[in-house]
Formats: sequence, C-alpha cells, structure tokens
Amino acid sequence: MAKIIAGIGSSHVPAIGAAIDNNKTEEPYWKRVFSGFEKSQEWMRQTKPDVAIVVYNDHASAFSTDLIPTFALGTATEFPPADEGWGPRPVPVAKGHPELAAHIAQSVILDEFDLTVVNKMEIDHGLTVPLNLLCGKIPPTGQWPFRVIPLAVNVVMYPPPTGHRCLMLGKAIKKAVESYPEDLKVVIFGTGGLSHQISGPRAGLINSKWDKNFLDNLSKDPVKLSKIPHLDYMREAGAEGIEMVMWLIMRGALGDKADEVYRFYTVPASNTAVGHIILKARGGSTASKGKKPAAKPKMKRAAARAKVEIRRSR
Amino acid sequence: MARRQQVYDDIPGTFVFDADRAREGYPINTFCMSLMKDENRKAFKADEAGYLKKFNMTPEQEQAILKRDYNKMLELGANIYFTAKLGATDGHSFQHLAAVMTGNTQQAYADMMLAGGRSVEGNRSRTGKNKPAPFLAGPSTGKPAAKRQSIVKPKAKTKAKSKSSAKRK
Repeated sequence: MAKIIAGIGSSHVPAIGAAIDNNKTEEPYWKRVFSGFEKSQEWMRQTKPDVAIVVYNDHASAFSTDLIPTFALGTATEFPPADEGWGPRPVPVAKGHPELAAHIAQSVILDEFDLTVVNKMEIDHGLTVPLNLLCGKIPPTGQWPFRVIPLAVNVVMYPPPTGHRCLMLGKAIKKAVESYPEDLKVVIFGTGGLSHQISGPRAGLINSKWDKNFLDNLSKDPVKLSKIPHLDYMREAGAEGIEMVMWLIMRGALGDKADEVYRFYTVPASNTAVGHIILKARGGSTASKGKKPAAKPKMKRAAARAKVEIRRSR
Repeated sequence: MARRQQVYDDIPGTFVFDADRAREGYPINTFCMSLMKDENRKAFKADEAGYLKKFNMTPEQEQAILKRDYNKMLELGANIYFTAKLGATDGHSFQHLAAVMTGNTQQAYADMMLAGGRSVEGNRSRTGKNKPAPFLAGPSTGKPAAKRQSIVKPKAKTKAKSKSSAKRK
C-alpha cells in the first residue's frame, strides 16, 4: 500500500530560483536562505521518497486567465519547466506518476472534490523552486530523485479555496493514496507564502508574528488554521500571502496528528518571508508489512521521531 | 456596471484580484500573456498603441499600460503576475515594479525589505480596523522543533542506536 509519510512546507520565491540558476547561493544574502535547507536536503536523501505530490500555484505560466481551475491535478508522464520569460529554468523535466495521479483524481472526485485533470502542463517556479530547496541544484540532464504529481491550486484570483476546503482535500488525498495497492513512499509539499504582498502601494508587507503562529499551529492545531477567513490572510499576511492556504492541503494529507521535525524561517528573500517546515505523519513505517515492522502506537513523540529516523537510516 | 464594493476594499494599498477584476481585466492580462513570445514583445515595442488595439481594452486600460501606471492597471483588473511580464519586457526587475507601485526609489524599497519589510501595524485597514486578527491572540512559541531534535541521522551512531537499528533489520 502507498503511504504519505511526511509533509514539507516551503516558500517558492522566484528569486530563489534565479539565485540557484545564476550561482549566487554562496553570496551572504542568499546563503542565509539556503543554509536553512541544508539539513532538509540531508533528510530528503535519507528519506528517499518514491513520489512527491507538490501543491503549488501557477503564476501565469500554464494558466492564463482563459481558464482558472481551482484544483488541477497533473496526470501526465512528464512536466517540462515553463518559460517564464527568461527561458525555461535549467532544471530536469519532472517525471510524473500518471497511474497514482489518475487514481487520486478518481478517488477524490468521488469524495466530492471536483478537481480538474490535466494531461499536459508545464510547471513554473512555484513547483521547481521548492524541489531545488529540498534536493539541491540538478542540471536539466539529471533527474529529480522522485516522481512528481503536481497539484495546481488557484490562489491568484480571489477567492481561492477556503482553508477548510484545503484541509479536507488533503484528507481525501491521504485516503486516495492509502487505497493505492503498490508500495510507495509518498511525501507531500505545501508551497508558497509565507507573509508577502507584491502588488499595489502596500507591497513589501511582512508579518512575522502571523507566520510563526501559522507554523506553530500546523502541528498544534491545524483545525484552527482551517478556520482563518480569507480577509484575515489578506489583511495580516498580504494580498499574495493568502497562498498559505495551500499548506493546509499538505497538512490535511498527514492525518489528524503530525509531528514537527524541522523548521526554518527568515526575512526576506526578495519581497517575501521564507518559511519551511517538515512534518511527519504518525503511524510510522512506510513500506509493506513484510519488509518493516509497523510502528508501535503511543510512543512518546520524541522517542517516536528518533525511532522513525533510525528505521529510515538504512 | 460599476464594480461593487467588497469588504476587502478596506485593506489599504491593495487591489484584490477578484472574479470581477478578472473579468474586467481580461484584455490586459491577455495582452501581458502575449508578451511571453519574443515576436510579440518586438511588435509591442515597435508600436505600443497599435499593438494594444488587438485586445479590446477600454481607453483607460490602454492609457494605464502606455503610461506604465502599474497601480492603475491593478485597479482596472490586471494581476501582478501578469503585469510583471510587461515589466520584464521593459527590462525591469520585479523590485523596480514594487518601488514604482509603493512610490519609493528602488534602493529605499530594497532597504525596507532588508529591515524586515513593511509592518502590518497601521496597515490593516482604511477605516481603523487595526486590531490584530483573532488567530494572532496569544504568543507564538517561537521554539522550532529543530532545536530540540536533529532530523538527520547522526554520522557516528551511538551504541544503543546501532543496536536498535540492527534489531530492525
């Protein structure tokens, strides 16, 4: 059976991609940002997921305003990087997992989430920057270390889906993944944010208190987060900060309880507060019962974390 | 029909790109998308006013684009991710656009960001609704879990850990 083992929250600031592409990661301004992801890259190398579901938003690359799907799931065999005006980013084409993606689409639609199925789509910095942050720089001739299922969410046109809807969709995705027969280790990315506004006279807004509360509650009280009205996101975290609702899809896919294992926060990258978190789903082991023992229930949090690490460290 | 007032119009310095603006601004955003192609960028630069005629804009929308009045474009239904393509066509960085929209020099804007960005205090509302959102009641713990526990495997395993690891194999 496939299983979602962890969730990763990460900003997707385009300037981070430009810094990687132009080899500026060692400059002090950018080193401050990238240093926060070093441990996460090590974690990713140890975790070795088979598939990553990446919740992100398109920025006028694949979708113009001709069509504005609220949720669009990529079921293609591959997703090339989009030309965002400076040529496509020099990153690998993301290989999809069409079978799992189609399975998820069918399952969540029957669970009443009417998403759009996309068989041809280019992916922009919203998806590729978080992959770089977690996997490092990989040339176009290389390969991302896992298959990618893109889930594009409309957060560009108001209103995006509500936080509650996002959390519920995450739960439906968890159910879908767990009903897929093949043994697959799946991680889910929630991307975007944290607080930022890049449009209008109020551009430049940052609200660190908001951001830290948001990060805290991903493990403490995600239901509380799911009740935040859109108006509050826009007032407090900026007109574009509303994209933080996408993190709630990631959170919902981890089940009722999840444990924070890593976090990083810095201001700014370009116009944005950079946030990053790794959350582990409870319930332990990932692969088939034959290979690994199931996690013991009711272990204390820290102990549980340590043991999961050990199991995974082979 | 004129745009209806919305509760989020109370947020200062902000033009929320809602369904109404998406409808009104469709010609501007379609124009901006066209600038993804080099041949279109060249055609636009060669005859800006002539090029804009292809998109059925209102005269006000055309003027906002010709004058590079980025706030006006947003008010008339453009979205920032689309107008950024116009900025790029002019050879400007995004921070240049941000400086223009906020009435700053680019240096002043960059300095503001480095100093932590624009504070939300006093910037929540046009009509005095400056109380923080209920979600912000109570302090954040400010204690990242990372400080309590390393997420990556230690290079040199302790004896006890090796033992439990071995047991699981």
